[in-house]
Amino acid sequence: MLGSFAVLRKQSLLGDAISHAALPGIAIAFLITETKSPVALLLGALISGLLGTFWIKGMISKTHLKSDTALGLVLSLFFGVGMLLLTYIQKQPNANQAGLDKYLFGQAATLLVADVWLLSGVALLSVLVLLFFWKELKLLLFDADYTKTLGFNVRFLDVLITSFIVLAIVLGLQTVGVVLMSAMLLAPAAAARQWTNSLGIMVVLAAIFGAFSGVFGTAISASTSGLSTGPVIVLVASFFVLISFVFSPERGILFKQIRKYKNRKALKLFKTLSVMYEIAQTHEDISRPHAIKILNNFLGYSVNTLKELEDQELIKINGQMWSMTTEGYQKAAQLFNQNMDSNE
Amino acid sequence: MDKDSQKYAIKVDDLTVAYNYKPVLWDIDLAIPEGVLMAIVGPNGAGKSTLIKSILGIIKPIAGKVTVFGKSYKQQRSLVAYVPQKGSVDWDFPTTALDVVLMGTYGSLGWIKRPGQVQKKQALEALEKVGMLSFKSRQISQLSGGQQQRVFLARALVQNAAIYFMDEPFQGVDATTEIAIINLLKELRKAGKTVIVVHHDLQTVPEYFDWVTFLNVKKIATGPVKEIFNDDNLTKTYGINYKVSVQK
Repeated sequence: MLGSFAVLRKQSLLGDAISHAALPGIAIAFLITETKSPVALLLGALISGLLGTFWIKGMISKTHLKSDTALGLVLSLFFGVGMLLLTYIQKQPNANQAGLDKYLFGQAATLLVADVWLLSGVALLSVLVLLFFWKELKLLLFDADYTKTLGFNVRFLDVLITSFIVLAIVLGLQTVGVVLMSAMLLAPAAAARQWTNSLGIMVVLAAIFGAFSGVFGTAISASTSGLSTGPVIVLVASFFVLISFVFSPERGILFKQIRKYKNRKALKLFKTLSVMYEIAQTHEDISRPHAIKILNNFLGYSVNTLKELEDQELIKINGQMWSMTTEGYQKAAQLFNQNMDSNE
Repeated sequence: MDKDSQKYAIKVDDLTVAYNYKPVLWDIDLAIPEGVLMAIVGPNGAGKSTLIKSILGIIKPIAGKVTVFGKSYKQQRSLVAYVPQKGSVDWDFPTTALDVVLMGTYGSLGWIKRPGQVQKKQALEALEKVGMLSFKSRQISQLSGGQQQRVFLARALVQNAAIYFMDEPFQGVDATTEIAIINLLKELRKAGKTVIVVHHDLQTVPEYFDWVTFLNVKKIATGPVKEIFNDDNLTKTYGINYKVSVQK
């Protein structure tokens, strides 16, 4: 759901950076508290995630670095520090350290009832925020400068939406882990974009895709031993993306190809018909037969198109001669005029 | 408030803007009288868009003061409408033409409140004014460049402002749209509005505008087209020996 905003802001990679940036926070939180209490660890993740995000944003606006450079720098720096701390922790004589690496790859099975409540709470909160600031967030996504001239506090909106994205990512870490989290954020949104041209529907669809990926992924991994849940969820989400790319009616590859083919065919017929129209126009009797041979010189003529035109009863074919039907003449006249209009 | 600045729709004093160490606008003084249709001309990188953006508070200047009818821009925001460059937004954004025009009403609505029937009616009227009513439900990605520009114009019209800033509204539009747009701008001027346009095509300046500002980091000249649109100022602005090829 929040992923829709990341995708539309062209900040898709930000999700990746945030999830990596959260890692040192987890490690530091563990070092300080010496427990694995999820609240402490997630708080650490949240802080370092936010830190990383606003660092990236600052870097982009204050220097001439491209956003992908800034993202890459922060991502690897934070992840490096995180890994360093993790290996350090593993050398510590503390029995508690086992299990921290679940944040790397995620482990949905370790979710407790309390975690689920936390997740639901945050989800509800973000739905409320989206509903509340829908108009403003939409405007910000489409045209940030313009939003400013209308008197809205762009900085506040930006911090708001970014904070929620960070929060969502951090909470997802436990389930799918640092490495795969950005897929969870983006895949549902990317899939949803294919099916609709309305932002509202897109957000709802993304939420549905995300929920289904979670349910199916968990079900599949639960029914097959040895499959960990996080990656399966991501695979299911990616499957939704694949299906959407191929089969969505307007933006999908399949229907695009079909439309292209149909258009080409229709254009071919129209070309032949308009040539016939021009010939027929010069004679008083529009249905006067002409030799098929004279068409050879023009574009768009083939045996198939002639047959197709005859099937549609736009022309009649008699041996080596063709003639236009009244219907065909009218249709051609109509098409011809339309074409002229649109050329103006 | 000083009397002097109240006479002008926009008054800019000592405006300086820089990106890092490089000055983009240097000590600009500019007074734009109410009711003019003004072109801002100058070479690429002269700071034309930056000037508009700093007046509108999108870019923060290093120094300088902007007043709108004698008061600060923040107080007068509702009197000013902005048409950004068409290329500044992602036209693949999932929304319709009507929806984009409705955005023009968001400012007067303020936070949280959603547009209702009144706003929708205003938006439809604006679409009609730019000849785009039949495209109201069309996805913005499926509009031509000229149509997208018209939608942007309609969005500004909905704001019902006194001053309009437009950043290259003629860029990438066909001749028909260009004529439609300039007629609309002239209509706005007739209604007493002030219209300020970043413009690239020097040939059309005398025909379209009655006021002009030459800009190249510094302000070269500003005034009525009839008086100051000449080879001398063009040469100063563009740095080469420029001859106005149009007959006046």
